[in-house]
Amino acid sequence: MSITDTTHESSTERVPHVDYLVLDNGDPHLVAHECTSCGARFFDRRNACAACFATEFRTVAIDTDGTVTAFTIVAFAAPGIPVPFVAAVVDCDGTSVKGNIINVEPDPANISTGMEVRLATYSLGTDDNGVEAIGYGFEPAR
Amino acid sequence: MTAADEVFILGINMTKFGKHFDKDVVDLGAEAMMAALADGGVSMADMGILAAGNLMGSGGIGQQLQKQVGQTGIPVYNVSNACATGATALRTAIMAIKAGECDMGIAVGVEKLAGAGLLGSSDAKQSDKHEWEPSGRLGAVTGVDGRIGSATMPALFAQIGVEYGHKYGGVDAELFARISEKNHSHSTLNPLAAYTKAMSLEQIMGDMMIAYPNTRPMCSANCDGAAAAVVVSGSKLRTMSLEQQRRAVKVSASVLTSDPYEEACQVLPNVNTLTRNAATQAYETAGVGPSDLDLVELHDCFATAELVHYDNLMLCEEGGAADFFNSGAPWRTGSTPVNVSGGLQSKGHPISATGIANIWEVCHHLRGEAGDRQIDGAKVGLAHVIGLGSACGVHVLEKSALGSAA
Repeated sequence: MSITDTTHESSTERVPHVDYLVLDNGDPHLVAHECTSCGARFFDRRNACAACFATEFRTVAIDTDGTVTAFTIVAFAAPGIPVPFVAAVVDCDGTSVKGNIINVEPDPANISTGMEVRLATYSLGTDDNGVEAIGYGFEPAR
Repeated sequence: MTAADEVFILGINMTKFGKHFDKDVVDLGAEAMMAALADGGVSMADMGILAAGNLMGSGGIGQQLQKQVGQTGIPVYNVSNACATGATALRTAIMAIKAGECDMGIAVGVEKLAGAGLLGSSDAKQSDKHEWEPSGRLGAVTGVDGRIGSATMPALFAQIGVEYGHKYGGVDAELFARISEKNHSHSTLNPLAAYTKAMSLEQIMGDMMIAYPNTRPMCSANCDGAAAAVVVSGSKLRTMSLEQQRRAVKVSASVLTSDPYEEACQVLPNVNTLTRNAATQAYETAGVGPSDLDLVELHDCFATAELVHYDNLMLCEEGGAADFFNSGAPWRTGSTPVNVSGGLQSKGHPISATGIANIWEVCHHLRGEAGDRQIDGAKVGLAHVIGLGSACGVHVLEKSALGSAA
């Protein structure tokens, strides 16, 4: 499900890295499937809620501000993945989200649990059809 | 527990962990099985069930092993449960005995892993034409690992340790390195360990960084190895020789859990709750508490993992894992020796073998046969494994009270 940003100044077609990232004309945010019964949230599809087994879900937007609750600085990864990078878990107003911490030097001196971050997007590059993929991460909020 | 419900380890063995260039998985598994049978003074003719685990091979390891050591037509269970595979195989054999299907069985776990490199990264995509095409459950147009966090084992377990520090405080990178220093030190007394060299704190912290705060020696060592155990019912054991009865080790609890749903557990695996649940069940079943344990072999797949499991196994107060380590308690000279084998960081981690090899280590001490690294007077021990996904196996083992009147 590609999302075409027709109002953007350039005519480049843009697609999100993953379908739970909504680009939304310059107001990017993440969405989740929320169980209508208990509120548990999932980033990909579920037949039933893992928490309460109910079967109805609604799509909800995830808060774009959050707090780092866990991180690591990965120095050794599979071929093709640039290192080092910061992998983290961010608590976005009660919903835990996986993502990299970006726009900061990946050094233990700069990253800590409890630090406040916000959603940020960046280009993953353009494919042979001229379509640009947009990824997300979290950047320091201050 | 009535005598009929009791299950004992009758014979057990682990191979040398390390690089076995001259042996394949069948050779290694068969070596452990033959030695476990000999240790118990029995043969394949006595076995009523075979449960076998091997993750990285081609499948059907149980039947392959039968062809190597004895085909008797008994039921074979090929089990797969990540790093808890060995413990799951053992528990499968134990359950068959408890169900009354047989009075003796054998479990084996084997892996060839030397030089396997990084585990858990497999979503790299390649195609001739570069085109963003959504695929998979997340509709991803390109690989997510490394771009949206990381699901590699070192990255996950590093975050699990850092998360513990965030929750309770008092944790820094050096603390994790000191845990690794302990296990590398312990391994110097274990001739079957893959690595048997002590490492200083400076060496450990100065080594190649894998995923902060874990450097290479703080990660489990990929290596080859196998372990096997013969289990027997209490009533059958009582018909056997006094020597067999004396050396048998009682399985006071055999517990397997998976992770119940909690917020965040599908974002970063929660290895804490299912371990705590397994430990709680195991202590209740065995009628022992953490303070009764003379030694613990826990799943230190990374130094960061060992810290959280002090807490999860309730070896310390909740939130007190750093203080527990700093007190010296988990050193072999301390009040609750942890990973006197050297642990996964130094003894090594041939995945499917690990959940039986840790039982072997505990049995070795309970039998008083651990040589230079014997924990004197050991009577009760606990063995723990975690497989991500997740599965947790906890076994409580006790020195046999049988045969001692002889």
